[in-house]
Amino acid sequence: MANHQTLYQYIWKHSRREQLVILAIALIAQPFYFLTLSLPKLIINGPINGSGFTQQNDTQSFLRFVLEFPESFPSWLAGRWVFFEGIALERLPYLLALSFAFLALVGFNGFLKFLVNTLKGRLGERLLRRLRFELIDRVLRFPPAHVRKIKQAEIASMVKDEVEPLGGFTGDSIVWPVFLAGQALTAMAFIVAQSFWLGFVSGAIVLVQALVIPRLRKPILKLGKLRQLQARELAGRVGEIVDGNADIRIQGTSNWERADIAGRLAKIFDIRFELYQRKYFVKSLNNFIAQLTPFIFYTVGGYFVITGQLDVGQLVAVIIAYKDLPGPIKELIDWDLQRQDVEIKYNQVMDQFHPEGMVAEEAEMNVNADRIDFGAFEFKNVTMVDDSGFVLLDDIDLSLPLGQSVAIIGAAGGGKEAFGQLFTRQFAFKSGSIKVGQLEFFSLNESATGRQIAYVGPESYFFPKDLKENILYGLKISPQIVSDANGTVSARQMREAARTGNPPFDSSADWIDYSVFGSTEPRVILDRIVDILAIVGLETDVYQFVLQSRLDPTLNETASKRIVEARLALHKKLEDERFSPLVERFDEQTFNRNASIAENIMFGASTDPKFQPQNLPHLPHFQRVVAEEGLEQHLVSMGQSIAETMVELFAELPADHPFFDEFGFIPSNELSHFQQVIKRAKSSGLTYADRSQLSSLPLKYIDARHRLGLITPEIQEKLLSARKTFAETLPDSSKSSIAFYNEEKYNTAASILDNILLGRVSYGVAQAQEQVNVLIREILDQLDVRDLIIEAGLSFNCGAGGKRLSTIQRQKLGLARALIKEPHLLIINGALANLDDSQKTQIVDRVLKHRLARSTLWVLTKIDLADRFDRAITFDHGRLTSDFSDKAVHEAAQ
Amino acid sequence: MSINAEVDLLRKIPLFKNIDTAKLKLLAFTSERLTFAKGAVLFQEGERGDSAYLILTGKVDVSVSTPNGSIIIANISQHNIVGEMALLGDMPRTATVIASEPLETLRIKKDQFFQMLRDLPQMTLEIMRELAVRLNNANKELTAAHTKLRDAGII
Repeated sequence: MANHQTLYQYIWKHSRREQLVILAIALIAQPFYFLTLSLPKLIINGPINGSGFTQQNDTQSFLRFVLEFPESFPSWLAGRWVFFEGIALERLPYLLALSFAFLALVGFNGFLKFLVNTLKGRLGERLLRRLRFELIDRVLRFPPAHVRKIKQAEIASMVKDEVEPLGGFTGDSIVWPVFLAGQALTAMAFIVAQSFWLGFVSGAIVLVQALVIPRLRKPILKLGKLRQLQARELAGRVGEIVDGNADIRIQGTSNWERADIAGRLAKIFDIRFELYQRKYFVKSLNNFIAQLTPFIFYTVGGYFVITGQLDVGQLVAVIIAYKDLPGPIKELIDWDLQRQDVEIKYNQVMDQFHPEGMVAEEAEMNVNADRIDFGAFEFKNVTMVDDSGFVLLDDIDLSLPLGQSVAIIGAAGGGKEAFGQLFTRQFAFKSGSIKVGQLEFFSLNESATGRQIAYVGPESYFFPKDLKENILYGLKISPQIVSDANGTVSARQMREAARTGNPPFDSSADWIDYSVFGSTEPRVILDRIVDILAIVGLETDVYQFVLQSRLDPTLNETASKRIVEARLALHKKLEDERFSPLVERFDEQTFNRNASIAENIMFGASTDPKFQPQNLPHLPHFQRVVAEEGLEQHLVSMGQSIAETMVELFAELPADHPFFDEFGFIPSNELSHFQQVIKRAKSSGLTYADRSQLSSLPLKYIDARHRLGLITPEIQEKLLSARKTFAETLPDSSKSSIAFYNEEKYNTAASILDNILLGRVSYGVAQAQEQVNVLIREILDQLDVRDLIIEAGLSFNCGAGGKRLSTIQRQKLGLARALIKEPHLLIINGALANLDDSQKTQIVDRVLKHRLARSTLWVLTKIDLADRFDRAITFDHGRLTSDFSDKAVHEAAQ
Repeated sequence: MSINAEVDLLRKIPLFKNIDTAKLKLLAFTSERLTFAKGAVLFQEGERGDSAYLILTGKVDVSVSTPNGSIIIANISQHNIVGEMALLGDMPRTATVIASEPLETLRIKKDQFFQMLRDLPQMTLEIMRELAVRLNNANKELTAAHTKLRDAGII
């Protein structure tokens, strides 16, 4: 670990001017504070009690400024110094003058206090902002090997929580001790002036306090440090449990994790408990020592008074003066504890952020580094070993001119993957040199390599933002020139950033480098994105995201209109007898056999959980409608037949049989209960609970799917009437929770696909879903809403780490993100590992076509794709074993 | 058609003739009822098979591809099962099956089919009997073809 500044060096370096200003203000405030304290006495003794106003017209001088020094002081200072004779005032005006002076002083003191506190607060926040930024900046410059070792939750806990107390402390780091020490010294001086011996005694006790207490506090600080480490590790473990949640459960080791966490909590508890014990012991000891002094004053001072070496007045004065001593001393000791605590925290955190081999600061922050002209890559005697010393690449000599497509082949683990990884610069090589033109590859500026080299490995990280942002992420290398309208960072914010060592970058500016598109026109960019999506084979996925997503029609009115158009077009097509059996449309006047009974009654979509079909039985409005329509008896008897069928069919199946999930009318553990219900129905009659249970069963019943023949024309009639009542009597408070199906209107609660269909794909028609998909796609193409759809699809949120995408989708997206940069050199290293061969081949062909005459390096798993490249290089056992740059030769070799 | 009507139809299929009503009902309830228009393809030769089809009403043509184009080798009509070979043998479909008139089927998925065989030994026996009959027929045809070839002096 490299060295870092101490806490005080750091504070002094970055805040000395502000500290001195605060100190000055605090000092200026002192005399005024003293005056506020002494004025009440003056008011009461003077104008109120009337001392000095014995005659009717007596006056007292107001604002008289006199300093008196005792005779014991040097002769040039001793005596009375009158600076201002004051204004003569009578009793009542004098009272008013003093009272208003008091009011003014209180106000002024309050203002100074407010000033000092805000300044301190700002100072602390600035330092905290600086420190936090520095820490994150360091994370961005960590040597790659260090990054592989650290835990993100621990780093997060350090940056967020552990440095927090520093902000509060900084403001008090210099002013407060100066202040307290001043108070304590004044009190001490006063005591010494009254009686040297008593002063000596109290001085000795303070000294004991100052020596003993910090010594006793040492173990407390040590424990504090331990506690901090434990808490940080706990944060790390919590992070692991969240990240590895799925694996923990698959392995069935959640109890092991519980044990581990319980063990850690026990340790933290023990540390904290010991901490409390020691802390309160020291506190009581401190209090005791503080109380010891008056005891000495009473006994020793009393003795002096009795023996006549001290007069009573002096003793009382000493005891009164002493009242002012323990306060500051105690606070000074507390402050010192806080100082040590913060210092330890600071050192602990800084140690973690100072690994060897950090990337130099200047190399990175310079975003405007000139674009480097990329020449050929020259590898000279490059040897690369992994952490355990295993040779990955052995003495590689290779020249890679620009403009070639190169296949890197060979056995898995034979060096081709390591060779690809070298281009990320995340893995150091041991010896040799890699040059780009005349420049050392490993010392190039990160923004320069980021601009001109794109690397895709098997696992790409994605941010929890939408698809479009993730695709364009690689183009955000430097802030682009912003127009005034977009520049939202004020000059004040810029100054503040400069003051705290933050970079002058504007995160709200447009960072996307549009030069790769040759235009800032959204349409052009969208077209390019669509092209790239087609190359990597993500287009269909994006299409599906859209159809399954919801659209906010208030945000996009044209889009919702077009979707309704698409629906009408689809419904028109469905009139054709070839297609009519595929979909059963939602028609207000007809019962829909392909929808459940609940859906048929509700006849609308909702995003409110209360209105989900499975929760309808608990909805008071629904219960009212059922009662009003006399539907209850029908539901109960339908429920009874369902229960009978389920019991008859499933009674003998094992409890974990998949049918219970698939035909989820009754869960396996309730089957025997329903057996009893059926028995009761046939003998003693149903109880109220039985009826309500049975009546909720048919709500999930879909006639076309379950085919139990429950829907008679009479029931259809009843259900349609219930549908009408449900909509008509819906309370106003619920009107916004449900969007009823309407052929003419966009349904805000339903997905885009459901909006286009406005019906259900029929059960029991072979390949209905596939045929419907084709129909919808045709219609959307005819209506020219592709852009609309793609744009909506690009707003799909990828989730944390891209987890809402499948592995294959993530791999394709990683490739898309690299392709859109149009880099000079593209390295693809196992990036399509999870795709099947036919998809892989298609993507290789499309990518090579797109990157014609530009450098592409592809680490291939399938050797038979190598003939598509200009050149094929084979690695085996870390060595370069063959290099066919002539097409004919390497075709022959195959 | 309700489930009880389907059970009556199932009963007419030789494979299920000895199986009790409750089991047939379960089979009908848990399998998908699929209709095919005339000319629709149930499955293609060479595909991986994941289900068998019980023909409730209608007829299908079974064809195989030969170097001289595809030829229809059989017509299968209602109350028979098609596609079960791919399920039993875990091999690609050996033939293409096309609805030669509007078709009603029950589609039985692979795992459901095996579950049924496990649960119902008598059905396994029916299947074995059926397979034996088919094997016997194939043997007879083979012998006949062999005889013809020898008579023609080819072998």
